[in-house]
Amino acid sequence: MILYAFRRLLESVVVLFAMSLVVFLSVYAIGNPVDILVSPQADAQEIERAIRGLGLDRPLWEQYAVFLRQAAAGDLGHSFAFNVPAIGLILERMPATLELAGAAMLVAVGLGIPLGLWAGLRPESASAKAIMAGSILGFSLPTFWVGLVLVMVFSVWLGWLPASGRGPTTDLLGVPVSFLSREGLRHLLLPAATLALFKLSLLARLTRAGTREALAQDYVKFARAKGLATRRVVGVHVLKNILVPIVTVIGLELGSVIAFAIVTETIFAWPGMGKLLIDAIGVLDRPVIVAYLLVTVTLFVLINLVVDLAYSALDPRVRLAEARA
Amino acid sequence: MTHDDTLLRRLAADFAASRLALAGLALLAAIAAAAILAPWLAPQNPYDLAELDLAASRLPPGARSADGTTFWLGTDGQGRDMLSAILYGLRISIGVGVAATLLALAIGAAVGLVAAWAGGRTESVVMRVVDLQLSFPAILIALVLLAVLGPGVGKIVFALVAAQWAYYARTVRGAALAERRKEYVDAAVVLALPRARILFGHLLPNVLPPLVVVATVQVANAIALEATLSFLGLGLPVTEPSLGLLIANGYAYLLSGKYWISFFPGVALATTIVAVNLVGDRLRDALNPRLAQ
Repeated sequence: MILYAFRRLLESVVVLFAMSLVVFLSVYAIGNPVDILVSPQADAQEIERAIRGLGLDRPLWEQYAVFLRQAAAGDLGHSFAFNVPAIGLILERMPATLELAGAAMLVAVGLGIPLGLWAGLRPESASAKAIMAGSILGFSLPTFWVGLVLVMVFSVWLGWLPASGRGPTTDLLGVPVSFLSREGLRHLLLPAATLALFKLSLLARLTRAGTREALAQDYVKFARAKGLATRRVVGVHVLKNILVPIVTVIGLELGSVIAFAIVTETIFAWPGMGKLLIDAIGVLDRPVIVAYLLVTVTLFVLINLVVDLAYSALDPRVRLAEARA
Repeated sequence: MTHDDTLLRRLAADFAASRLALAGLALLAAIAAAAILAPWLAPQNPYDLAELDLAASRLPPGARSADGTTFWLGTDGQGRDMLSAILYGLRISIGVGVAATLLALAIGAAVGLVAAWAGGRTESVVMRVVDLQLSFPAILIALVLLAVLGPGVGKIVFALVAAQWAYYARTVRGAALAERRKEYVDAAVVLALPRARILFGHLLPNVLPPLVVVATVQVANAIALEATLSFLGLGLPVTEPSLGLLIANGYAYLLSGKYWISFFPGVALATTIVAVNLVGDRLRDALNPRLAQ
C-alpha cells in the first residue's frame, strides 16, 4: 500500500511536469500579445521596449527554462494586462470558484443520492419515472442555457434573485465568502443551481443503477429472507455497497465542476478564476492563462491522487490488482 | 448471420418497449429532417442581407412585418427571422457534432483496437495517455485548444475530436480484449489472414454495440460542447452561426426582457440533445446484460 502510494505520487509529479511543458508550448503559440497591449500609435522603439520588457525576444526554450525556474519558486510571471503576479490574481479569485463549486456539489449530493435511491427502490412507480425523465433533461440541457433560463425566470421576470456578481462577502478565517450573509446567499443560489443540475442528474442516475443492481444480488435477498427491516437492508447493506463507485465519481466530478465553473462564472459575472481565464484569453494575457491551467492541472492531479488512494483503501480488489501489476 | 439477426431483433424489441425512447427517435428524425431541409423550410435565408429589414428588428414572436410575413418566433437585432436562423443554426450544430463524433470514433476505435491487439508496452503506453487525457474534463481541453487555434469550423471539429477520441479508445480496447480470446479470432489467426483484416473485418464488427452506445451519447456531448464554446466566444466564427452563437447574441437582449432571441435557439438545442440522449439511454439499457430480463 505504501509502495503503491509512493508510485502514484511519483507518477503525479511526472504528469505535472509534462503538463507544464504542454501548457507552456501551446499557450505561447497563441498570437502576439504585443499587438494588443501596445497602442497602435506606438513607434518602433516603444514596441521594442515592450517586447524586451515581456521577455518575448528570447528563444522559446530559454523562456521555458526561465518560466520553469520561476514556477518552482512559486512565481508564474506577471500578468501582461494587470502588471501584477499572475499566481496572485488566480489565488485571489480561487475562493470564489471553490465556494461556487462546493455549493454546487453539496446540492448535487444532497438531492441526487436520495432521489436515485428512491427511483432505484421503486423503479416502476410514477415518481421514479418522473425522476428518471427529469434526470435526462438535467444532463441534456447545456449548463450555459440552464443559467440563461434561470436568469430569465428568476431575475428578469420575477425579480427575486440577482443575475450577476457575488454580492457582499464576509471574511471567514481571512477568506472572503458569500454564504454567510443573506444577500450573499441570494447571489450564490442561481449560479450554484446552474452548476449543480448536471451533477445532480448524474448522481441520481448512478445511484439508481447501483441500487437496482444491488437489489438483485443474493446478499440483499438473504438479508431480506433473514427478516431485516427494509430500512436496514437499504440503509446498511445496499447503501454501503453502492457508495464506493459513487464516492469515486463524486471525487472525479470535482474537477469537472471546477472546469464547468468557467461557463457559470461567465454567465453570472461571478468573480472567480474561470471568468478570469475567459477574460485573459480575450486579451491574450499569456501568464494568466498559463497560471490558471497550471493551478487547475495541479488541483486535478491532486484530486485524482486522493481518489485513487481512497479507492484502493476502500476496495480490496483494486489493491490486489495493483499488487499484482 | 442468424445469431446477428436475433441479437438485432432482440435489441429492436427491447428498444421499442420504451415509449419514451420511441418518442425520442421520432423527435430526432424530425429534427434531422428539419436541419437537412432548412433551405426549403425556412421562410427566409437569414444570411442573405437583402432579405433582412432593420425596421423589423427585435419583433416579438407572432409579429407581422410590413410585407405581411409573420415572424412566428420573433426577430433578432438585425431583423432576422428567428425561425429561419434556428433552422440554419441546427444544420451547423448537428453537422459539426456528427462530423466530430465520426472522426473521433474512427481515430479512437483504431487506436483502441491496435492497442488491444498489440498488448505489452504499446498497449500500456497508449492506455496511459488515454487515462491521463480522461482525467481532464473535455471542456477544458477543447477550450485551451480553441484559445490557441482561434475560431473556425475545422478548428472546432479538431478540438472536439481531440477532446473525445479517448472515450472511444477506452471503450473499444475493453470490448476488444474480451473478444480476442474467442474462437473465431483464433480461427482467423490460424488461417493466417492479414492482421488489418482480422482487426477491422473480424474484431471491429463485434465491438460495435458498445461503441454505438458511446457514440450516440457523444454526439449529444459534442453538440452541447460546441454550443458552450461558441457561447463563450471561442467556437465558430460569426459567419457560421450555430445555435450556441445565436444564444450568445441574444443574451444581451435577455436582460431587457426580449427573451425570444436567445430562448428559442436554446429550446432547439436542448430538444436535439434530449432526443439523442433518450435514444442513447435506452440503447444502453437494452445492451446491458445485467439488466436483461
